[in-house]
Amino acid sequence: MLIVFYLASLVAIISTLLVITRVNAVHALLYLVVSLLSVALVFYLLGSPFAAALEVIVYAGAIMVLFIFVVMMLNLGPAASEEERRLLEPRMWQGPGILALVLLIELGYVLFSGVGGPAPSVYIAPWAVGAALYGPYIIAVELASFLLLAGLVGAYHLGRREGDGR
Amino acid sequence: MSELLWLIPASPYAAFVLLALVGRRLPKWAIAVISCGAGGFSAVLTILSVAALPASGPPVLTQVLWRWMDTFGFNINVGLYLDPVSSVMSLVVTVVGSLILLYSTRYMEESEGYSRFFAYMELFIGSMLMLVLADNLVLLYLGWEGVGLCSYLLIGFWYTDPANGHAARKAFVVTRVGDAALALGLFLIFQNVGTLNIQLLMERAAQSWATGSSLATGVAFLVLIGAMGKSAQLPLQTWLPDAMAGPTPVSALIHAATMVTAGVYLIARTHILFQLAPAAMEAVAITGAATLLMAGFAGLAQRDIKRVLAYSTISQIGYMFLGLGVGSWTAALFHFVTHACFKSLLFLGAGVVIASMHEEHDIFKMGGLRKRLPVTFWTFLIASASLSAFPLVTGGFYSKDLILWKAWSSPVGGPALWAAGAFGAFLTGMYTFRMVFVAFFGELKSPFEKKTSIPVLIPLVVLAALSVLTGYLETPGSLGGIHLFSNFLGRVLPTMEAHHAGANELLLQVGAAGLGLLGIFIVYLLYVRVPRIPESLTAAGLGRALREFWFAGWGFDWLYDRVLVRPYMALAHVNRGDVVDLWPTGLARLSEALHVVLHRTQSGKLRWYTTGIVIGAISGIIVLLVIL
Amino acid sequence: MSAIPAEYGLFLAGFLFALGTVGVLVRRNIIFMLMSVEIMLNAAGLAFIAAGYGWGQPDGQVMFIFILSVAAAEVSVGLALVLQFYKRYQNLDTDQARDLQG
Repeated sequence: MLIVFYLASLVAIISTLLVITRVNAVHALLYLVVSLLSVALVFYLLGSPFAAALEVIVYAGAIMVLFIFVVMMLNLGPAASEEERRLLEPRMWQGPGILALVLLIELGYVLFSGVGGPAPSVYIAPWAVGAALYGPYIIAVELASFLLLAGLVGAYHLGRREGDGR
Repeated sequence: MSELLWLIPASPYAAFVLLALVGRRLPKWAIAVISCGAGGFSAVLTILSVAALPASGPPVLTQVLWRWMDTFGFNINVGLYLDPVSSVMSLVVTVVGSLILLYSTRYMEESEGYSRFFAYMELFIGSMLMLVLADNLVLLYLGWEGVGLCSYLLIGFWYTDPANGHAARKAFVVTRVGDAALALGLFLIFQNVGTLNIQLLMERAAQSWATGSSLATGVAFLVLIGAMGKSAQLPLQTWLPDAMAGPTPVSALIHAATMVTAGVYLIARTHILFQLAPAAMEAVAITGAATLLMAGFAGLAQRDIKRVLAYSTISQIGYMFLGLGVGSWTAALFHFVTHACFKSLLFLGAGVVIASMHEEHDIFKMGGLRKRLPVTFWTFLIASASLSAFPLVTGGFYSKDLILWKAWSSPVGGPALWAAGAFGAFLTGMYTFRMVFVAFFGELKSPFEKKTSIPVLIPLVVLAALSVLTGYLETPGSLGGIHLFSNFLGRVLPTMEAHHAGANELLLQVGAAGLGLLGIFIVYLLYVRVPRIPESLTAAGLGRALREFWFAGWGFDWLYDRVLVRPYMALAHVNRGDVVDLWPTGLARLSEALHVVLHRTQSGKLRWYTTGIVIGAISGIIVLLVIL
Repeated sequence: MSAIPAEYGLFLAGFLFALGTVGVLVRRNIIFMLMSVEIMLNAAGLAFIAAGYGWGQPDGQVMFIFILSVAAAEVSVGLALVLQFYKRYQNLDTDQARDLQG
């Protein structure tokens, strides 16, 4: 199990790295999809099959597809890639790199300096998640639906073209 | 009668309000009727109130109108107090004031601002009445400041000429010095006796302050300085000659008869404080003596007819201070009464002369008016005689004589003070009749157009009669022994017993009268018979230097300018950026500087802001880690 | 078969989060910035799952579902804004949108 975990993590990390360094938007998106799939595997290894399924269906399947649709709608040609290459200078990686490194060190310190208990081996079934959602977290579910409605309306309005009927 | 006391100051105040609000829309005759009516009404009421003073017991009428201030033991009423002292003052103010108002109805006709003039005059009369009728020092101070304000407004009446404004400001600032000292005196009094009601404070001070203690002396000196400022005595006399820039009725009322005597009234009112401080009383007498001499010399060298009269006023008030300083409050107030009559008459007559000579003020450009302005000449002559203490038939003789006698005979007086007063009488005769001879005798030297009328002449005649008759209120033993005045005042003011025997009195009277007559005779010779002599004496050398020195009022203006005015203006120039302003403007400039630096952090770029967020998050985590 | 310690999952989440942060700070193209934000959201979700795994409760997954819905709403609105942005500026460089400067 641990080996699988290490491999999946490695894939996730490498593909994420590739996402942020590509110049072509579609390439980056595809690498992002790979990253999401590997993270879904990690979810499964961490005893959350429901979450894994959701990750694949919603995140990789809907959100990323939306991204791809928009990128294609924008119709960015080779000129955009050239532009992108020009904008991406190596020296711009210094500052953020340092910041991220500091963040990581802090995180590592916090995680591995604490008291570590025995590694659990749990499996949380989907029905338990469902029971929790419609039990204690029912309010949050309603609020999330408000949020999605607001997002829907906002996206419709902002995405309209000029000259469309009211 | 005491319930009607409030009408005495209220009537002029009401006239002021009416004239201030709607005066500009009224026709001139209406304004004249309103103001003379208000003045006359106050005069009649005052006469009736004085007649109604109780004959037995304390001769006092009081009326408390309302409680003005009431905090933590500081209780001040608006209350009126009519006793012999204040009745003398209010009679003079209302009667002389009404006559001058009558005169002004015709005199000021051609000037612009007719209603404004009468409004200010009414405000002045109301405030002066407040001053003399007040039963506590705070209300008195209200009247004090009110008359100071009206003096400023009326000196600068023709405000379009900046010189008038300058004179008005000078008057205000110099009297302010006195006012500030008076206020300090009030503070000290309150702090030490707990009340500012005049009668009460005098009682308490007499009980609890030791004679000659530094507290009593300090308070008395502060009150004296206040009186000096208002009454134009040394060293605060510089404003009065310049105050002649105002219209002549103003000079007559304010700067001859009433406001400048407010200082005399104040000292007479608070006489117990002075009796508790012999050093201060001596200072009062010395101030009076020095002032009367200084002003006498200065009056001798003036050319402007009003300035001669101004210095004469300063000198005569010096006599009043001399009287106060030797403990003879009665003599000082008697001289005040006679002086009010003849000095205001002199000013009103001078006004007629000036108007008829097309606003010419220089006496050496006048002349020959004796036949052309007969009524004016004769009334002016009577007043001048009274001023010079012409023996036996003028009021001024009796009052000045009383002061001189008291200066000699009082326990705190002496020959030196008498000598100063007698020499002053000599000078008075000289400068007064110099003015009369040069202006009225001889040949006419400038264009002339007679400008007299009934409203102008009536006051002249009435005041001339008063100048003579008031003398008979109080005559010395050798000449009839009438003591109406001193009996009236003696019910509330103490008298000091004579130090020397009475036999000397006649000798001194003759001596003083003789000096006065000698002065008149000398001037007659010099200015009528041989006019060349004064000119040649003062053409060069010592004579010329003296004349210019006295002309400039003994150089006080020059001194104050160098010592006080110029350093102050230099200091103001240095601070023209206003040091105190640095604090708020400094803050503003600091914010601006910070803005210049900090506004660069708002670059508008998204990544910049995100970087900021990340840095903040990292710092936050570090802080949490360190704390926990 | 050794179980995976929860800390490893959390560390992975942190790593991915750091990478996402770098992506947001470095890239100027708005699409890439949005993508990096997605990476960060995903990493946060992973952290929740790992924590729920550590505690043995379904609450972690519940939170993950909410994060997912938030991400979805945010992406739809964000991409609509990208369309408007492109229409206004004709390219996708965020440094151009500087009107709030100063």
